[in-house]
Amino acid sequence: MTRLTRRKLTNSIVLTLSSLAAVAGLFMLTWILGDVAWKGFAAINWDFFSKLPTPPGVKGGGLVNAIVGTLLMTGVATCIAVPFGMMSGTYLAEFGKNNKFGNVLRFLADILVSAPSIVIGVFVYLILVKPMHQFSGWAGAISLAIIMLPVVSRTTEEMLLLVPAEIREAALALGSPYWKMTINVIYRSASSGILTGVMLAVARVAGETAPLLFTALNSPYWMHGMNEPMANLTVVLFNYAMSPYDDWHRMAWGAAFLITMTVLAVNIFTRMVLRTKGRTS
Amino acid sequence: MKMKQTKIWGDLIFRGLTASFASGIAVIFVAILLVLWNQSQPSLEKFGFSFLFNTSWNPVKDNFGALIPIVGTLLSTFLALLFAIPISLGIALFLAELAPHWLRAPFGTAIELLAAIPSIVYGMWGLFVLGPLMADYVQPFLKTTLGFLPLFSGPSMGIGMLTASLVLTLMIIPFISSVARDVFLMVPQPLKEAAYGLGGTTWEVVRDIMIPYGRKGIAGAIFLGMGRALGETMAVTFVIGNAYHLSWSLFSPGNSIASTLANEFTEADGTVYLSSLIELGLVLFLITLIILSLAQYWLRRSQAGRA
Repeated sequence: MTRLTRRKLTNSIVLTLSSLAAVAGLFMLTWILGDVAWKGFAAINWDFFSKLPTPPGVKGGGLVNAIVGTLLMTGVATCIAVPFGMMSGTYLAEFGKNNKFGNVLRFLADILVSAPSIVIGVFVYLILVKPMHQFSGWAGAISLAIIMLPVVSRTTEEMLLLVPAEIREAALALGSPYWKMTINVIYRSASSGILTGVMLAVARVAGETAPLLFTALNSPYWMHGMNEPMANLTVVLFNYAMSPYDDWHRMAWGAAFLITMTVLAVNIFTRMVLRTKGRTS
Repeated sequence: MKMKQTKIWGDLIFRGLTASFASGIAVIFVAILLVLWNQSQPSLEKFGFSFLFNTSWNPVKDNFGALIPIVGTLLSTFLALLFAIPISLGIALFLAELAPHWLRAPFGTAIELLAAIPSIVYGMWGLFVLGPLMADYVQPFLKTTLGFLPLFSGPSMGIGMLTASLVLTLMIIPFISSVARDVFLMVPQPLKEAAYGLGGTTWEVVRDIMIPYGRKGIAGAIFLGMGRALGETMAVTFVIGNAYHLSWSLFSPGNSIASTLANEFTEADGTVYLSSLIELGLVLFLITLIILSLAQYWLRRSQAGRA
């Protein structure tokens, strides 16, 4: 009996600790999001979206150039990484499932997905910024594209592999060449999965800071093109938060609010889409 | 006959085209290694292997060593794992085995959302919220209770190795716990039911069935979290304090490889200075390469075990 009691006691202690860990996790999420929402929301107003930054001490101003910069660079990165990553994912799913080349590529893609993004920043600095003697929006967009590429490739691969073999066989049995089958049938049935994967990749890249620090740099001015240093929300957030000015801290919380809410909204939205899709099929 | 020919050509072209895009990933990977290696030459030639063991970082005298950033990276990662592993496994266990069914999906989503928050937000929160709390309450408390240890001595500044490790902990908990939960969910139901049928308590089933069955996957999850922690830049740069000295105290400010790069890269003016920073980047890339390879190795082994 004492042995049973002891076993039961150990059990309840471990179960309590495990539940406490879960509650602590949820508590931290609420705490961080609460702070970001509370302090960030106070900084958000029409000026935030429509005015250029002001020097420290001057009231008002906004981050319109940084918002546009982030959108531009993320957009260009998406345009580069999505076709590239989809092609590469197609190879991995359709032709490279079990051969050595495919396995090596899959391994390298997995490493690149988790590789430190600051190293990508250093790499792009060395191949683009240093030779051209110019920090630029292009360089920032390309580092973001390099970070996005393996993510898009791996999700495309996973989504294509989810397409049932019968669908492929049906298309091939009708006499369709492999490439036509892939484009007209496989892509179509995997499209919503790939789209969600791409959206998650975009959301992830939109919150990246490290690869932009020495590629896009930052700028307090309105941009005249992507060949010059380009303001972006994350680097502005970093510079403002590290500055000694209260006004800038407030702006930084506003930027954090905008980034976090966008990223979370995309994440929640894609989950909802996936869930409703799972129900109907 | 002619139709058959075009069909084969079309497929060959399609295969070749996708293969060339796919090899782009390998090209980028190799290019990163080569470019970093090539551009670290001035520093490699000047300092050689002693770069890794030299504690000085002096732009004025052009004397650079990587020991302090390397130690800072490893120490902050080690502490973060120390805190994060038990908490993450607790969360994974809760999500996979304990929570009532209606709670599992929303709770799991909440933990995954923590992973989606950009790391810079964690860093900023660490600087403005956690740092002051550490300075005012946690560090004075640790000093009065454990102050006889050199680890918990020195002024309570709020910013330093301990705070950086805590922010890192928060960042990697969602990564480790969501992978570990998936690993726990892979344990076949009959195995667990058999153990319950023999009269095992939940903890005994976890200890004797689920953890042994999923140990490869759990190892993979931990290495994955470790890879993240090693290369994490923004969450650390805000709160680590950016100082070049080694100290036994966890309260004292330090530096990691990533935070050194973030702070100094655009300011580096000399050739040797810049190439020393690039060599630091190379060292970081190589360390994470090893850790992430181990992560992939264990995660794949655990998937092979499932099939």
